Amino acid sequence: MSRVPRYALLVLLCLLGSRTVDAQIAIRAQRAYPVSHEMIEDAVVLVNDGKIQAIGTADTIEIPADYETLEVAVLTPGLIDAHSVVGLAGMLNQEQDQDQLDPTESIQPQLSAVDAYNPHDELVDWLRELGVTTLHTGHAPGALVSGQTMVVHTNGNTVEQAMLLPARAVAVTLAEAGRRSGKESPGTRGKAVAMLRERLVAAREYLDKQAGDEESRPARDLELETWGKVLNRELAILVTCDRAQDIASALRLADEFKLDLWLDSAAEAYLLIDEIKQAGVPVIVHASMARAVGERENLTFENAAKLRDAGIPIAIQSGYEAYVPKTRVVLFEGAIAAANGLGFDRALEAITLGPARILGLDDEIGSLEVGKRADLAFYDGDPFEYTTHCIGTMIDGRIVSRTVR
Amino acid sequence: MRLFSRTFPHARMLLLLVLAQLAMGSKVSAQIPITTAEDHRDGLQAFVGATLLPISGPPIESGVLLVEDGRIKAVGSVDTIPIPAEAFVHDVAGKVIMPGLVCTHSHVGGIGAADRSGPIQPGVRVFDSLNVRDSGFRRALAGGLTTLNVMPGSGHLIGGQTIYLKLRYAQGLPSTIDELMYLDDTGNPLGGLKMANGTNPQSDPPFPGTRGRSAFLVREQFIKAREYQEKINQANGDPSKMPPRDLDLESLVEAMQGRRIVHHHTHRHDDIMTVLRLSREFGFPVVLHHVSDGWQVADEIAAAGAPCSVILIDSPGGKLEARNLSMGTGGVLERAGARVAFHTDDWITDSRLFLRMAALGVRGGMSREKALEAVTLAGAEMLGLQDRIGSLEVGKDADFVVLSGDPLSVYTKIEQTWVEGEMAFHRERDADHLYAVGGFGATHDQEPYFCCFGIGLEANQ
Repeated sequence: MSRVPRYALLVLLCLLGSRTVDAQIAIRAQRAYPVSHEMIEDAVVLVNDGKIQAIGTADTIEIPADYETLEVAVLTPGLIDAHSVVGLAGMLNQEQDQDQLDPTESIQPQLSAVDAYNPHDELVDWLRELGVTTLHTGHAPGALVSGQTMVVHTNGNTVEQAMLLPARAVAVTLAEAGRRSGKESPGTRGKAVAMLRERLVAAREYLDKQAGDEESRPARDLELETWGKVLNRELAILVTCDRAQDIASALRLADEFKLDLWLDSAAEAYLLIDEIKQAGVPVIVHASMARAVGERENLTFENAAKLRDAGIPIAIQSGYEAYVPKTRVVLFEGAIAAANGLGFDRALEAITLGPARILGLDDEIGSLEVGKRADLAFYDGDPFEYTTHCIGTMIDGRIVSRTVR
Repeated sequence: MRLFSRTFPHARMLLLLVLAQLAMGSKVSAQIPITTAEDHRDGLQAFVGATLLPISGPPIESGVLLVEDGRIKAVGSVDTIPIPAEAFVHDVAGKVIMPGLVCTHSHVGGIGAADRSGPIQPGVRVFDSLNVRDSGFRRALAGGLTTLNVMPGSGHLIGGQTIYLKLRYAQGLPSTIDELMYLDDTGNPLGGLKMANGTNPQSDPPFPGTRGRSAFLVREQFIKAREYQEKINQANGDPSKMPPRDLDLESLVEAMQGRRIVHHHTHRHDDIMTVLRLSREFGFPVVLHHVSDGWQVADEIAAAGAPCSVILIDSPGGKLEARNLSMGTGGVLERAGARVAFHTDDWITDSRLFLRMAALGVRGGMSREKALEAVTLAGAEMLGLQDRIGSLEVGKDADFVVLSGDPLSVYTKIEQTWVEGEMAFHRERDADHLYAVGGFGATHDQEPYFCCFGIGLEANQ
């Protein structure tokens, strides 16, 4: 693929720097990957009022005279990180910028990610400059129930401006990382599941009493209220687990309480393909380059491919990192999956439309389709090649990055 | 801040690119022979038809690589190198062959050198802790690595002696780590000395609490070593006048005499300058490792002639000193005229993806040539092993990698890794495939004991 148009784009991006959300823009791409459809060579995408107005081959779409035109080598939907902690787990990794995990209690589903998200963290910029336009982010693995997650755009001066969904899932850890030391619970795998069941049963009773007579209604309880939303499937339950027996526990729990379960990380998911498929739950697969240590010792580069081969809905995440790198990048993680059995198209889907479907936002984002938000990423070559650069990013029709990364 | 300055490829790079693309585009006509134990032959072997990337010279299309007795006997094109009738011929048409990769900074094998007793322990040898059965070595082979500098962690000012290892796994599992060592002419294992500054070695006493004290403690120790050396010199071979043997000071003397290269963990620009100052003051050869802020002091590094072993990470941060880490560092240093290698810092980055770092270097502005050198010949130089490894040259060890295509492409597979003329990794073998991609049982290792900087992983960087 030619690398010449990059310079044209940069010039145009500079010209466009001061334009507002309402800009009308035509993007001409040597290759556009709509994800929802086959790749289009010599494509044109029209953007109007923050939305995709038209997409097709250049010979079928007339570019209106008053539209600014960008030329790029490759165009994809803006990338969606299916599970991040960016904005809560800050770049510096110092006490003052780490808000992803409160250690005081084991079970705190009532903690809202909105109240912790820092849209100015430099890692948000870093991801945006690498094509990521949407993050499913929030409280980290590390406590049995650490808090809620939400969905944000990677721009915005305030969390309100960034927000797509203020609450989307409750983050649960069924792994060594969720255990407490000494006499505190949970101290075992069995106890962890028992505690979750106890809270869900309590929440069921709470909901029933809330629906009853006014005088017998219990006092408002934010924790049980949140569990109630989990029981009503308003919120999903994101269970971070890697070992096969923990995956099985999560499936058992979801079946008992009819929960909207998302398996998260799931390093050994390839050992339970039939069970996961039968349960009909999606897997937000660990970063392809996650380290094979601890409970992830058996992970494989081919996990995503094996699950997808079986027809299980997947997305690829950047995940939580305690040290260096503080965040991974789904563009890079998708690349490794693409090269290890998943292939280009399905790997791109796993960081765009796949997570959009899991998050329930596929009518808004995740593919290049008319009427969807104009969240786009531009590249000077195959997006997954190590030596290709992401050369620009658009969110809601507005250029939000001009950096060549 | 724009860190990704554009560089235009010059003619030689273009040639490399074209050749690599040719190699990628051509169909594989022959099955790769799966070498078995009986193929560990002492006789002449010819690898015919691949694009050779000698590193020491321009790419060779339709190449011939002749190997005998573990050494490279000839390198050239099919037009210039006759294939002897007695040679066992490996048809590698459509493949790319490059030298075995050299990692100047690895922590595989269950490192445990200096302990919590103090910040300066130059007499401790990391090889006394290594487990030759650790899966990390096999995963490194799957990544095309054939030589590692296995280092103590960075939680000490002087964390102990490093060891240079050749991954001799071709004939099955070695019994002891000794079988992997590079030896000098007198049979002593070759290695460097690990040092660190910045925040990692700072801790409660007896560890230093500041950068100033860190430098003082190091300076004090090298002065002692210099005095020790002078006493030895004055004894002039008379045993009655010799000072009592001191293993710690001996190690520092070796460094000052240039017989032990100092491999110095350093991130911040001011810490980098401190390393250069100490190196100048005591005359020890030094390789700067990590060098996260190196792009800010590139001219100073180049002027000092200090080689840099750089790590590129997928995002900045994770620790304060890495907040300005840049994928542009390799390119900035290259343009300043500094020698650049890369390292895995395994487990910080995965040895199986070491070539990815070279490619990220190109993404950040390095030339293709220098990026490929950075994982081969430049690394060999930084270990003082450039006469034995790092390039495809006659007389060097026959350490090389057979690739399915362009070494800088994500889609390329490392198909075979050869060590001293023997195949130590083949992706199609079940056991090797498990190391290459992971899976159940791939990393079932004995727990290493790391010291002394938080959890295990944090010991590394």
